[in-house]
Amino acid sequence: MSSTKFILGLFDDPDNMLHGIEKLQKNSVPIYDVYTPMPIHGIEAKLGIKESRLGYAAFMFGCLGGSTIFAIIYFTMVHDWPMNIGGKNPFAIPDFIPITFEWTVLFTAFGMVATFLFATHLFPGRTPRVMDYRATDDRFVIAIDAKGNTPHADIDSILKEAGAVEVKHNDRKYVSYE
Amino acid sequence: MASHNESIIREPLITGKDITYAQITEDVLRPVENMPTKAWWIGFTVSSLGALLWVFAVSWTFWFGIGSWGLNKTVGWAWDITGFVWWVGIGHAGTLISAVLLLFRQNWRNSINRSAEAMTIFAVICAATYIVAHMGRPWMAIYSLPIPNQYGSLWVNFNSPLIWDVFAISTYFSVSLVFWYTGLLPDIASIRDRAQGIRRKIYSICSFGWTGSVKTWQRFETVSLILAGVSTPLVLSVHTIVSMDFATSLEPGWHTTIFPPYFVAGAIFSGFAMVQTLLLVARKVLALENYITMFHIESMNKIIILTGSIVGVAYLTEFFIAWYSGVEYEQYAFINRATGPYWWAYWSMMSCNVISPQLFWVKKWRTNIAFSWVLSIVVNIGMWFERFVIIVTSLHRDYIPSSWAMFYPTWIDVSVFIGSIGVFFTLFLLFIRVLPSVAMAEVKLLLKGSSEQAKKKLIDEGHLDPSHVQFYKESLTKFDSVDVADYQ
Repeated sequence: MSSTKFILGLFDDPDNMLHGIEKLQKNSVPIYDVYTPMPIHGIEAKLGIKESRLGYAAFMFGCLGGSTIFAIIYFTMVHDWPMNIGGKNPFAIPDFIPITFEWTVLFTAFGMVATFLFATHLFPGRTPRVMDYRATDDRFVIAIDAKGNTPHADIDSILKEAGAVEVKHNDRKYVSYE
Repeated sequence: MASHNESIIREPLITGKDITYAQITEDVLRPVENMPTKAWWIGFTVSSLGALLWVFAVSWTFWFGIGSWGLNKTVGWAWDITGFVWWVGIGHAGTLISAVLLLFRQNWRNSINRSAEAMTIFAVICAATYIVAHMGRPWMAIYSLPIPNQYGSLWVNFNSPLIWDVFAISTYFSVSLVFWYTGLLPDIASIRDRAQGIRRKIYSICSFGWTGSVKTWQRFETVSLILAGVSTPLVLSVHTIVSMDFATSLEPGWHTTIFPPYFVAGAIFSGFAMVQTLLLVARKVLALENYITMFHIESMNKIIILTGSIVGVAYLTEFFIAWYSGVEYEQYAFINRATGPYWWAYWSMMSCNVISPQLFWVKKWRTNIAFSWVLSIVVNIGMWFERFVIIVTSLHRDYIPSSWAMFYPTWIDVSVFIGSIGVFFTLFLLFIRVLPSVAMAEVKLLLKGSSEQAKKKLIDEGHLDPSHVQFYKESLTKFDSVDVADYQ
């Protein structure tokens, strides 16, 4: 019984990596994940990753921010302490726009980034679970779950044929930090 | 990326023949992973002395009050608000480069956005300290927030542009910080994975556990785009609001509807000038000539021409409107600016801001590094004078001639200003030592499409129109980091 947990195909060129993904998919080898030092456009569609819904979260947080501050302004300026300045209407909507806008942006930015960190399991001090140290430098890594994917030699040759500069068999799930 | 097709006649965004992904990491992280150079130490020593002066002068102000400044009953705002508006303006270029150019898909931003964003953060810190200091009783700053208090129903006045300012600056600072830090995560992870020992631990904590998986990248890009989308109107709103501090008053010379667009253009103008001042030095000292190229410098100079011209038109419009409105107070305010006791400040402003950027129309000058650097400093000086002229010349001769007075800065005024420059440069120099000053991940994105080697490969393959190739080769002559002999 092999102790290999993950088979990693390391590429030095993003085009070769995309080629590798295609080849693996053609041979019905399921891909666990792909790690790259930079965003690769078009890879999501290849891997069947659904479009991010962070835009909706951003919109909801923006609405929350705008309505929160508008409610605060309304309460303080109109309800709790309306001031009669030259008989002007205390409910001066144009004057409320700048701050309402600022808080809409503030809540959008903070809410969306918090959602992003939560959804991607990123937080200060989290132990990095990297497949290979060079995945944040110059290697484009395809990770394949070794369990149930045999024979491993076939996967190795598919990766090599696609242009992988290195194929690794890792017996730990993550190579570093833990 | 790989599918990105680019016209051959566009100048390369990364120069150099043998650049690889690893080489980019290596070049960018050189100042982070090695001992500081002599140039860095000299810069750091000088700027930290400035920062110490700032600590001293601000402490003095807090201890003795703003009576230690040169303010008087007529000129109640002077170098403090001048410094505040100047610093906030400088900060704006960072967001412009990061957000607006991202939305417009201007890839040349990729090499300069990180330093520009850092510059934003540090400039806004300098601006905010001015605001707190000029309150006189800075510990009362808490009352600028709408929080329940022991004075009953005492709330801040949301109709006041000064309160809009509190919200605008604090939002701007915190959103810029989030934008900057989120963008840093992948690059901090790159440092982490190369570091050892305690450095690895620290960068590990700061990298939030970034791994670079596909889903994370996808969400990361969505976040960047939406943050750019909300930051763009934010940056316009912030300086618009700063201008409303003046425009909503009845002071002659301030009470004008042109202020919001004029201030925004001025902010971009001074901000880009400061980016030039910093990056022209940084590219040389950090050996980043292949990433911050003459194309970047020239593009920024073009923005300086544009915004400088807008500012020039705004100055003339102010004069025209003063005459056209028929308001004698307004007319006097402007005649006094040009011919009154502060004429020298006015004409310094005009020559630095209106005349000097027009020199960049000459291609030879806008592609000259030394000339660009000197001119960027001239613009910075001019923009400081602009704020000084607006504030002091309007205030020193008000509606009541009996209260007319002159403003003379004290040594505390001067020390706070020079000190704030010291704080800014100290923070910037620390930044380039501990974090990558170029966004590595974003620059790597350009390697296969927009780099010199990618274009050279296309030329060597020989299926390009010879006239285009010729044009491209000729355009390369201005790059100090390109060996033109390779193309002969």
